[in-house]
Amino acid sequence: MIEIENVRKSFGQLEVLKGIDLTVKKGEVVTIIGGSGSGKSTLLTCINGLEPIDSGRILVDGTEVHAKSTDVNKLRQKIGIVFQQWNAFPHLTVLENVTLAPRKVLGMSKEKAEEIGVKQLTHVGLGDKLTTYPSRLSGGQQQRMAIARALAMSPSYMLFDEVTSALDPQLVGEVLDTLKMLAEEGMTMICVTHEMAFARDVSNRVAFFHKGVMAEIGPPEQIFGAAQNEETRKFLSSVRQ
Amino acid sequence: MFNYTFQWNQALKYLPRMLEGALVTMEIALISMVIGIALAVLLTAFRLSGNRILKAIAQTWVEVARNTPALFQIYMAHFGIASFGIHLSPFISLLIGITFNNAGYLAENFRGALKAIPDTQTRAGRSLGMSAVQSFRSIILPQMLRISFLPMTNQMVWAILMTSLGVTVGMNTDLYGVTQDLNALTFRTFELFAIAAVIFYLITKAITIGARLIAARLFRY
Repeated sequence: MIEIENVRKSFGQLEVLKGIDLTVKKGEVVTIIGGSGSGKSTLLTCINGLEPIDSGRILVDGTEVHAKSTDVNKLRQKIGIVFQQWNAFPHLTVLENVTLAPRKVLGMSKEKAEEIGVKQLTHVGLGDKLTTYPSRLSGGQQQRMAIARALAMSPSYMLFDEVTSALDPQLVGEVLDTLKMLAEEGMTMICVTHEMAFARDVSNRVAFFHKGVMAEIGPPEQIFGAAQNEETRKFLSSVRQ
Repeated sequence: MFNYTFQWNQALKYLPRMLEGALVTMEIALISMVIGIALAVLLTAFRLSGNRILKAIAQTWVEVARNTPALFQIYMAHFGIASFGIHLSPFISLLIGITFNNAGYLAENFRGALKAIPDTQTRAGRSLGMSAVQSFRSIILPQMLRISFLPMTNQMVWAILMTSLGVTVGMNTDLYGVTQDLNALTFRTFELFAIAAVIFYLITKAITIGARLIAARLFRY
């Protein structure tokens, strides 16, 4: 379970998170929508401790992420994150990209790590690209590789930060299909996205962020059908659906 | 003015001794590169560290190595420290001087290479649960060495050529030192130094070509 309690965060003068409360249960898929600069992506990087927070707290399975005593490296093994920019390691093959962390962090043998790597890469449809270098892959393939790389650590939670935003339009579908597949398999996920159809299809709950505040949260039928909040309605009518 | 008679045979019979000298030259250059690269990685880590003292040490090293004559650096490594009662053989002094120079130049190359690697690479590593050190070693370092591979080749060539400065601290077993001694014996100045130059050229050319072949094999991405 991920528990976010009254989290505040500023970059200099700009307060990007103004007291966020959100609880995500095991097996739940929560998508976060909202305009740019609304704090969606910042929240994700706070959840796995890549960004410090100013006040409030975030608990992952009861462990406080930003507590001094917390071993963030250990905690991050539980929380996979995939970014808008996929950040492939260019000097490693596709398989090596995926096996690096299991070997270095979990101390897995090469054979064991490769077994898992092949499984995860096959899962995301890259089983035939194992020895290829990332530079030879399309953006969509690199993004799917990044997903397999995160999954290879067997995380309990997956965070997706606008993973399709940097892709060519015709490559968006393949990545969204991968996310849908994970959701159907019961992975606990928080997805920041601009893909409204995707949010409607896969989410248990959709959260709308507006200027650092979670303006509304509810099941997709509510958000897309009968939004209670004026800002939510304004936002949704302005985005192409 | 032009009454010098070339006597190539006179000079060429010393070729085996000059080739032995060439081996010493390559030995010094190679050792100075290996230690120089290791030190440069260390200096780069110092410069990245938050520690002011480590930063200052690295900064001073790089500044001195890059902005003073190599001859001065070798001289200091021999006669300079001899003032403090430390007497090193010309071989060791030359090795220290060139290594110092290599480390300074390479550290600067490494810094440039690091700038070319996006921060998000480290971030990706950290988000997978890798520690800062693990991320640096497995993700940043290999890319850094790859980007600075050609500058490293240049430095290797430069290290070969810098060995010629050893004569100023009494070095007489390297290619240049041997040539100088033979010249004193035979006075076949032009021939001997021309042969030495050709050997220098062949060594450095071989390094450049070899490096290109290694790069093609090593960096397939």
